[in-house]
Amino acid sequence: MTVQSAWFWAIGRIDLHSFAFVRAWEDPSLDKMIAAGAASLVVLGAIAVFAIITKLRKWRYLWQDWFTSVDHKKIGIMYVILSGIMLTRAVIEAVLMRMQQAVAVNQPGIVAPEHFGELFSTHGSIMIFFMAMPFLTGIINYVMPLQIVARDVAFPTLNSISLGLTVSGAVLLMISLVVGKFSTGGWSGYPPYTEMAFNSGVGPDYWIWAVTLSSIGSTMTGLNFAVTIYKSRAPGMHLFRMPLFCWTALCTSILMIFAMPPLTVATLMLALDRYLDFHLFTTDLGGNMMNYANLFWLFGHPEVYILILPAFGVYSEVISTFSAKRLYAYRTLVYATMVIAVLSFTVWLHHFFTMGQNANINGFFGIATMCVGIPTGVKVYDWILTMYRGRVRFTVPMLYAIAFLVTFVIGGMTGIILATPPLDYVVHNTLFLVAHFHNMLIPGLLYGMLAGYQFWFPKAFGFRLDETWGRISFACWVVGFYLAFMPLYVLGAMGMPRRMAGVFQGEYLPWLIIACIGAFILLAALGALFVQLVISIRRREKTRVPAGDPWDGRSLEWAISSPPPEYNFAVIPCVEDRDPFALRKEQGRAYQPPHAYEDIEMPKNSVLGPVLCIVGAAAGFALVWHIWWLAILSFLGILAAVIVSSFSRDTHRVIPASEVARTHEHWLRTVAEARAIPRELETRSANEGLAESAV
Amino acid sequence: MTAGMASKARLFAMAMVAGLLTGCAASPSFLQAAGPVAAEQRHLFWLVIAALMVVVLPVFIGLPLVLWRYRRGNDKARYDPKWDWNPRLEFVIWGVPVLIVVLLGIQLWHSTQTLDPYKRLDGNGTITVQAVGLDWKWLFIYPDQHIATVNRLVIPAGRPVHIDLTSDTVMQSLFIPRLGGQIYAMAGMRTQLNLKADRPGSYFGENTQYNGEGFHKQNFRTLAVTDAAFDGWVKRVKASGSPLNEARYRTLAKKSVPDAPMEFSAVPEGLFARIIAKYMQPERRGKEGGQ
Repeated sequence: MTVQSAWFWAIGRIDLHSFAFVRAWEDPSLDKMIAAGAASLVVLGAIAVFAIITKLRKWRYLWQDWFTSVDHKKIGIMYVILSGIMLTRAVIEAVLMRMQQAVAVNQPGIVAPEHFGELFSTHGSIMIFFMAMPFLTGIINYVMPLQIVARDVAFPTLNSISLGLTVSGAVLLMISLVVGKFSTGGWSGYPPYTEMAFNSGVGPDYWIWAVTLSSIGSTMTGLNFAVTIYKSRAPGMHLFRMPLFCWTALCTSILMIFAMPPLTVATLMLALDRYLDFHLFTTDLGGNMMNYANLFWLFGHPEVYILILPAFGVYSEVISTFSAKRLYAYRTLVYATMVIAVLSFTVWLHHFFTMGQNANINGFFGIATMCVGIPTGVKVYDWILTMYRGRVRFTVPMLYAIAFLVTFVIGGMTGIILATPPLDYVVHNTLFLVAHFHNMLIPGLLYGMLAGYQFWFPKAFGFRLDETWGRISFACWVVGFYLAFMPLYVLGAMGMPRRMAGVFQGEYLPWLIIACIGAFILLAALGALFVQLVISIRRREKTRVPAGDPWDGRSLEWAISSPPPEYNFAVIPCVEDRDPFALRKEQGRAYQPPHAYEDIEMPKNSVLGPVLCIVGAAAGFALVWHIWWLAILSFLGILAAVIVSSFSRDTHRVIPASEVARTHEHWLRTVAEARAIPRELETRSANEGLAESAV
Repeated sequence: MTAGMASKARLFAMAMVAGLLTGCAASPSFLQAAGPVAAEQRHLFWLVIAALMVVVLPVFIGLPLVLWRYRRGNDKARYDPKWDWNPRLEFVIWGVPVLIVVLLGIQLWHSTQTLDPYKRLDGNGTITVQAVGLDWKWLFIYPDQHIATVNRLVIPAGRPVHIDLTSDTVMQSLFIPRLGGQIYAMAGMRTQLNLKADRPGSYFGENTQYNGEGFHKQNFRTLAVTDAAFDGWVKRVKASGSPLNEARYRTLAKKSVPDAPMEFSAVPEGLFARIIAKYMQPERRGKEGGQ
């Protein structure tokens, strides 16, 4: 064995030039320095986090109370934290790209074209798979079991494994900043560009394994949520009494179950091409990339609704709560959600109208796409009618809902334009398309999740978020959005393609500068969000809502303490109405002590999630760099971990009735001592989480 | 505050439309149509937007009104927390979008047929061009004239242009915004695009499908000229004495961004068909891609 082959055996394709620092050392250009700066942020950040945890001696606490926890609430919070970290990275990348295009008009700009390719690929992949998906999965995880009055999700350990796999994918993306380069093939990773013949580096492999890990996690999340909603509802919680958020969670879960596997299959087939010289999507030997396009968008289009439906659920809760009124046309909203979920599987071809199908096929998919607009439009009107004859309060979540309604309608309009094949031919692959999907996903996902975060934060942590900084952040998200993306519509209509590392049309410049300013305002919005969090934590003593109902809520998650006990409900109530908590407050029986308490059985912690997270990331890294011994070891590790853990019989522990009673009665005393406040004082420190309507 | 925000949004929307009208004047936009296809696309664009206003305007107008009237603190407004259903209203809010989609759907079906990129355009003297997507340039072969160009498409104005497309590398997409477009070019396959320029002029063309480092530089000029000028140009190119042979094509197919457009006085017979056919041969290996 030569020295070289021994090296390859040990560390695969890694060499000195794989490291961003070495590349910057040899060629200290601005482009390489930016890459090295990003890499050092990752490394220093990781070191700092490790050092702080070690200094505070919090490893045991984190391991026992968080990493190995299977409590849906803690898993939900961890998902949202992951999403926040990844959002930060992807927004910074977006600002870099906007700067590049504003600067690189007839000149080189600040990053090299290849680096620009990495930027738009990581930005898209992160925003979809590691920002949006974790954010909505986190919020559903936290809220849905509380709303249907369950003690946990149906498969708590599986939930922890899903989180672990998502994190391992995110870890791969972070490592790619330090070691190697990421794909330049965009978030959709279209072959043949991502095939070995055209991209033999590690980039596409990083993309493949990061996406594969997270897609497997999401499939299992979908199964978990759907079974939870079908099987774990409280007595009396008929499907048509579920809060609308649970309906959207159910539709999203069903979409995840059916839409994520095509993605996993597509990425694994691409891996077969790259690793084992298959010719599934290559240009030659019978490969055909059109099969990839079909598979990918068979996932990709339902994915849009996976992302948007939960936000629709959040808006339904928020608008109803802050209009102090029942949701208008609940059944219509449910049917509209279901119709959208079904139709989402019938429109995938509109992502490639320009691939040369005949006019009948394009026409069919164009009309199918327009049909999605019907239930969506109906929903918008239903939400406005929910405010009609209500008493609207302009809190931060409500502001997001209003901004959503206005902005989403504009996005819907451009969506119909893109759905018309002859118009798609002239705006496809241009910035018009980029503007359109940001116009759907920023209001239709990000605003929704942020509204949900502001809305349920007091439930999760027992204190409210700062109102002023919430409004500042909101204003920046909205102004930034319009400045950043309206110019892209214009640029797209002016024929500017997406993914341009440089621009040679001077007339694009003014619009690119406006868009760049918008990107900075969006960065400020993100900053304000973090300022809000820090300030809120500092002032938490003044904003505590221990009684648990800060917003005069209507569904049952507001009927328990904030934060809720591990088992959620001391006694599972019987549900008698669609707005059960509102009804109870009206009838003056919101805080009645139960007749008797019983022992509660809860799932024990499991190490399987964090173990699979570490081993999964190791497997991905080994495959990316062709470190075969580590890949084999990791796969054996996964197999062993699953088999060994399946022998464990001791998976539950019992919380005695006496302890439940003690905790619950302590909380009931807190409620009794709290001051019931009118809605005018909702955002003041007088709000202890007890609404006037309850007494 | 919120009513102000909604009006701000409207302002932006109006600014955007104004921008579309004015800002595109000098740009390669289909809104500056220079051919019948793009002109119809532009017409359809405004038609669809106008139709959608029926659905969109009620939201832009109704939402601020509802928010203002039913704001907390306005005790004059009726408060009815249990009101959650009105069948007649429900009929309207389903009916209007359904009606709009039915009308737009009929329009869509019709326009998708008439504006099918594969459909030959009316007119005499159709000129055929074979476009080959390379990294990072377009090769245009004129099979009837037996000449070829790189990054310059010369066409006679007023005559239909039929373009056959393929790629000798990854997927690309040919787009000439002011004439209409666009369609993907894929290795081993032939796609088609039919365009026409109404009048002589120079129109920007580009690739819109990302294909690597030189992607943003992969653009070309489409020169629409009079019939006489076209014939003169063909003669001049033929006389230039710089043919495209197989060896030269191999060099051309390598990754590069040409400094200037190129013109070739002759093309090997059947080059386009061979570029497609070579991906069908069983002995070809994937790692040789693009050669």
